[in-house]
This record gives sequence, structure tokens and C-alpha cells, in this order.
Amino acid sequence: MKELIAIVMAAVLVNNYVLAQFLGICPFLGVSKKLDQAAGMSVAVIFVMLLATAVTYPIQYFVLNPNGLGYLQTIVFILVIAALVQLVEIILKKYIPALHASLGVYLPLITTNCAVLGVCISNVDNYLTATGGFGGGFVQAMFNSLGSGLGFLLAMVLFSGVRSRVDKCKCPECFKGMPITLISAAIVSVSFMGFAGIVENLLG
Amino acid sequence: MEPITIVIAVVVVGIIGLLCAVMLTIASKFMAVEVDERIPMVRECLPGANCGACGFAGCDGYAAALVEDPDLAVNLCVPGGATAADSIGKVLGRAAGDVAKQVAEVRCSGTCEATSVKMDYKGLESCAAAKLLFGGTGKCVYGCIGLGDCAQVCPVGAIHINGGLARVDASVCIGCGLCAKTCPNHVIAIRPADAHMVVDCNSHQKGAGTRRSCSAGCIGCRLCEKNCHTGAITVTDNLASIDYAKCDGCGKCIEVCKAGCLVALNITKAEVVNN
Repeated sequence: MKELIAIVMAAVLVNNYVLAQFLGICPFLGVSKKLDQAAGMSVAVIFVMLLATAVTYPIQYFVLNPNGLGYLQTIVFILVIAALVQLVEIILKKYIPALHASLGVYLPLITTNCAVLGVCISNVDNYLTATGGFGGGFVQAMFNSLGSGLGFLLAMVLFSGVRSRVDKCKCPECFKGMPITLISAAIVSVSFMGFAGIVENLLG
Repeated sequence: MEPITIVIAVVVVGIIGLLCAVMLTIASKFMAVEVDERIPMVRECLPGANCGACGFAGCDGYAAALVEDPDLAVNLCVPGGATAADSIGKVLGRAAGDVAKQVAEVRCSGTCEATSVKMDYKGLESCAAAKLLFGGTGKCVYGCIGLGDCAQVCPVGAIHINGGLARVDASVCIGCGLCAKTCPNHVIAIRPADAHMVVDCNSHQKGAGTRRSCSAGCIGCRLCEKNCHTGAITVTDNLASIDYAKCDGCGKCIEVCKAGCLVALNITKAEVVNN
């Protein structure tokens, strides 16, 4: 249990996908203008990350590794994730229209999001070999995906707040728009470096 | 490397791709959602301002609701007006009612001459932010703060700040009500475009309090109420309000207001429209 909490905490704070590993920057800059949009996108990302791990991990374990095809993981994962997200969108549209209306806009944006692919590949790299069997590694991988998604949510919500303040400020003309946004993103990212080592010291 | 590994790789990835394709094809066949072809047609009739005046989430929301609900009125779109209602009526085969044009009104006369500020505000250029600081920058906590939150949200640029006071250009205003929702003091109200007169004050303070903060405010003396022969004006909570349905635009209240109050004006603007 303690180990799983450590995995989630590490994924949220220390190895935050956006702010520490710089994956998923496109939605981070694109959809962080308004808080509700940022939260909607993040919920969609959490959902897709969990789903993608639940599917790609068994594929790696049962299909690719026994055949010695580990090097094909990138292409296979992209294929599977894209198809899966499309399927989820179709199902949501049919059975849960309300959820589709709020989540639907963001789902196609995430199909080939590098953060989602990054989570799947790092799960396979970190947890598949570590414990040997399928079960233990799989649970750890799922918790890592959950933590990564929550970390994405945290980064998006924090940054949408920062951005709403930055937009109201009078900054020099040449910095207006994207330049000042990138600078603020860098400062937020630096602030997350303060979390380095926190998990080991708290739970280690 | 043996050639067989290439074949295995191709076959495995091919099978995975094939499975995905079959799954998606079946899903799209069996779970297809039929979209009523009238929705895009109705959507075409709407102006696309996405202002929300109809009470739905944008023009798409209103179009979908119109097709689904046969009892929904077709004339809820204020910016589109009678033209939009007519064309929607034609698409759906329903009679279009009349659309009363509405415009926004800033119910405040607190110009820089009439009232003054109680602080030297240097914070964010936003009424919502200024409101958090002792109820706003002006002496009157009910009046227009004048930092232009309304002008920012206005989709057609009908609002301008003049002399520390927001003013609506009624000829440009589409009556969507976004400004009324945004204003932290709720100074802005939506009124019929052909209203004869408006009460340009929002102060619920007692007469003396209003006069201390502003020379143009309504002091609630009730002279207008007593002199109104149609009973259109009522004074509640020290502020006059007009029932536009009853008002016939005789202008009597404006006369007595000038004469009856020590303050020069408290019903400040008479828009007598020739009907």
C-alpha cells in the first residue's frame, strides 16, 4: 500500500509529466487559458491514460515480449491508443451524451498525445521487468498512470491560474502572448524542482 | 537476424491493426447516433454570436433544443430578431412570434462631476477586482465602477466608458445580457428598446446617504410615483423603478423630479420614442 502511495506521489509531484519531463506541452499551452477547459481536458487525460495502460501493458506482456518484438512498442501503442480513444468516443456518444458533450472535444486531441504514450512506455520499462509476474507490475503501472494523470491535472489547474494573472498584467509589448506564457511555464516548472526527493524522505 | 522475424513482426502488427479496424467498424455501425438533419438547418438561421441570450449554451445548443422540443418558442434569439425567428419557423413549420428588441441599460448617472472616488485605486483594471476592495472605488457602492468589465465581454462592442461611467450604444446593442451577468454591482439591466424612460440610478441607500455620495442619484422621494397617472412607477427600497408595460411616456415624472427634488436630477434620462 505504502509503495503504491509512493508511486502516485512521485508521479504527481516529482516526475510530473508536464513540468518535470516536458511531455504533453501542447495541451498544456493550448488549453490552459480557462480553468474549466483545463480541468475538462485533464479529466479526459486521466481517463485515457488509465485506459491506455490497461490495454498496452497486457499487449507488451502477452504479445510483444514472448515474440521478441519489444522494439515495436511505439508503433503498436500509438495504433492501439488511437483506436481505443475512437472507440471510447463512439461509445460515449451513444450511451452517455452528457459526458461526451463535456469530454468529447478533448478526446480526439489526446489520441496521439505524447504524455499518454510516454506513460505507457515508462510503465512498461519500469514495472514490467521489476516484479516478474503480471499482476503486481500491472497494479503498479495502473497507479503510476493515475498519478501521472493527476499530475497533469495539477499542472493544468495551477497554470491556468498563473495564466489568468499573467493575462491581466501589463507586460512589455514584445513579451505579450506566447513568450510570456512560455516564461511563466518555465518558472512554474522550476518551482516543481523543489519537490525533488520529497517522496523518498516522506515515505522511504 | 533471420528473415522469419520480419514476417512475425509484420503479421503481429497487421493482426493488431486488423482487430482495431474491425472493432471500430462494428462499433460505428452498431452505435451510430442519428443526427436530425434539421439541426444544422436551424443552426444556419441563427447568427452564431453564441451570446446565450436564449438561455441555452450557444447557438448549437438552442438549435438542438428547438428540434427536440416542439413546444419551445422559436423567437428566443435576441440578436437574430424577427428574421431568425421567421426562418426557423419555416424550417420547423411553426409560427414565429414577435421578438421584442431589448437593449442593455447602465442604471447609473455617477459621472466624474456627479460623484467622486473614495480611494486612489492602482490595482487590476477590472471592476470585479475593484469591488473586492471596500466595495469599489467610488463613493457610491451601488453605482458603476467604470473599469469596463462589461465593455470587455460585450460581443458587439456596444459599451464604452465615458467620464468614468459605462454607456451602452443602444443602436449597436443586441440585448444578449452578458454585461448584466458580468457587472459585479448589477448596475446593468435589460430593458425594452422602445422604453419611454429609465431610472438611471441603482442606489438603495436612504435619500441622505445617496446625496452624500452622488448628486445625480435617486433619493426615493416618491414624487414620481405620486404623479404617475398610469401607476407605472413604484419606489421600493429608496429607488424608483418603472413598469415598462404600463408607462405611456407622458414625461410627467421627469418634470416633477426636476422640480420636486433638491437634487437636480434623479430620473435623469428621458427617451421619449415616437411610436
